[in-house]
Amino acid sequence: MRNWLTLLFACGLAVAQSPKYGIGRPPTADEVKRGDITVLPDGTGLPEGGGTPAEGKLVYERRCQRCHGAGAKGGDEVALVGGQGTLNTPKPVKTVGSYWPHATTVFDYTRRAMPFKEPGILTNDQVYAVTAYILHLNGIIAEADRMDATTLPKVKMPNRDGFVKDTRPDTGKKTRGLRTH
Amino acid sequence: MKLGASLGAALTGCQTKPPVEEEVNRLGKPIRGYGERSPYETSQRLVPEIRTPEAASTRTPLQDSCGIITPSSLHFERHHSGVPNINPAEHRLMIHGLVDRPLVLTMPEIKRLPSVSRIHFVECAGNGRSEWSPKGATDARQSHGLASCSEWTGVRLSLLLAEAGVKKEAKWLIAEGDDPCKMQRSIPITKALDDILVAYGQNGEALRPEQGYPLRLVVPGWEGNINVKWLHRINLVDQAAMTKDETSKYTELLADGTARIFTFEMDAKSIVTYPSGGQKLDGKGFHEITGLAWSGRGRIERVEVSTDGGKTWTTAQLQEPRHSKAFTRFRLPWTWDGAETQIVSRCTDETGYTQPTRDDLIAVRGKNSDYHNNAIKPWLIAADGSVTNA
Repeated sequence: MRNWLTLLFACGLAVAQSPKYGIGRPPTADEVKRGDITVLPDGTGLPEGGGTPAEGKLVYERRCQRCHGAGAKGGDEVALVGGQGTLNTPKPVKTVGSYWPHATTVFDYTRRAMPFKEPGILTNDQVYAVTAYILHLNGIIAEADRMDATTLPKVKMPNRDGFVKDTRPDTGKKTRGLRTH
Repeated sequence: MKLGASLGAALTGCQTKPPVEEEVNRLGKPIRGYGERSPYETSQRLVPEIRTPEAASTRTPLQDSCGIITPSSLHFERHHSGVPNINPAEHRLMIHGLVDRPLVLTMPEIKRLPSVSRIHFVECAGNGRSEWSPKGATDARQSHGLASCSEWTGVRLSLLLAEAGVKKEAKWLIAEGDDPCKMQRSIPITKALDDILVAYGQNGEALRPEQGYPLRLVVPGWEGNINVKWLHRINLVDQAAMTKDETSKYTELLADGTARIFTFEMDAKSIVTYPSGGQKLDGKGFHEITGLAWSGRGRIERVEVSTDGGKTWTTAQLQEPRHSKAFTRFRLPWTWDGAETQIVSRCTDETGYTQPTRDDLIAVRGKNSDYHNNAIKPWLIAADGSVTNA
């Protein structure tokens, strides 16, 4: 009797979990490997390779400096350093160093989207290195620290605990007047 | 002189009896395969002068709109590395990660599946950013044009996820576009199983390239950035990826220096589109006030309009049917006495939430939030009929 029930239950699960339309095919292992560039904050998905701030400086000067300025202090595009201590002031400066909560994001975004006009041109070693350079310029890692799949997720960003849950709706009751200039 | 005279004589000589032009009805243009608007209609998206037009936005001219649908050609744009040229015959959607059966689907395969059509707005979280400053933007396109509304057709994401079989450890999915920068956002699995569409159709035809052709996410009511265009990969994972666009961007700094993260819903918002900034009333007397209201939390229940600077409010008529998480057109008959005044709308959605003032927002969030400004927007009507931002 008990085995019967178990068997029925198992059949029921199998039915519930099977695809209804059966359209499409499974990806090949190679398709997943090539397509899956997701990097998670715990380091899942980080590739092999690595780089140091010194190596990253060379990559930065060749590929990034024209837009982000010398020392990543900003140019035509945003500054990547500085701003720590400004977030609660009237003129907050949001940079990798002052605002970004995870170092893995620097690697991920640089690898998929930078340089702006040639995304994908950097090797994984170069992305690790330039990430290390930016983190070092922000005083987050030491000059000798090598960033790789093991060390990068362990970096504690200054604003790691600076984010809070969405508590909206935080307005919505009828108020008088239009607005004050 | 001589040449002109002789040429004129020769031409006249060709016609034995020149027709009187006013008496002849000329033929119109012949039939054509794909239509375009009248040459007298010139409304345009606002295209900013910018060094990197591939990473920029255009704005919908809401002040010229009628009804609730935005023409696909006027739907606002926001791209991060330009509009890719994708051949649908080569496009694939891969669903993988924490699923029982990873899937690759072609466009014809996706179109074989049961489809739905729904009307929803898409709005950039940065829409209304200009309204944090005291004066605000001068017209509706500039202030609120990062919002548009379309009928979207596609497959429910929940259906695709059921086909792939989501494992119980999957709490988020990462949606990724096939633009050069591979734009990506993390989406909670609860929303994915609720009302998200994987859309290939917009306003009766295929998506426009700048709206994600051939495949995009439509995430009803949630900030535009998460409606990933050129969708080619969905990765089921156990944690958010904390991507650049959900950490360094699209987070709202509060006065104390902390920032809100994963602020998905677009709060209820409305704007008067006629009369609005840049327009001019052609005299006192009757005018129909009209505008748009929308909420990321459901249907619009009520829109009130004040024509006396907020002293008194009148309930406007709402265009039916009202769709959830969609533009709702409101209208109010009005007789202008020719005196200077301010007009403004405020909406209430089905959750009972009423659109706040700028002061209400600043009181709880400070002035550095950038995104998610849904304040009411007054327009000033001068005695000569010209309309400016109040």
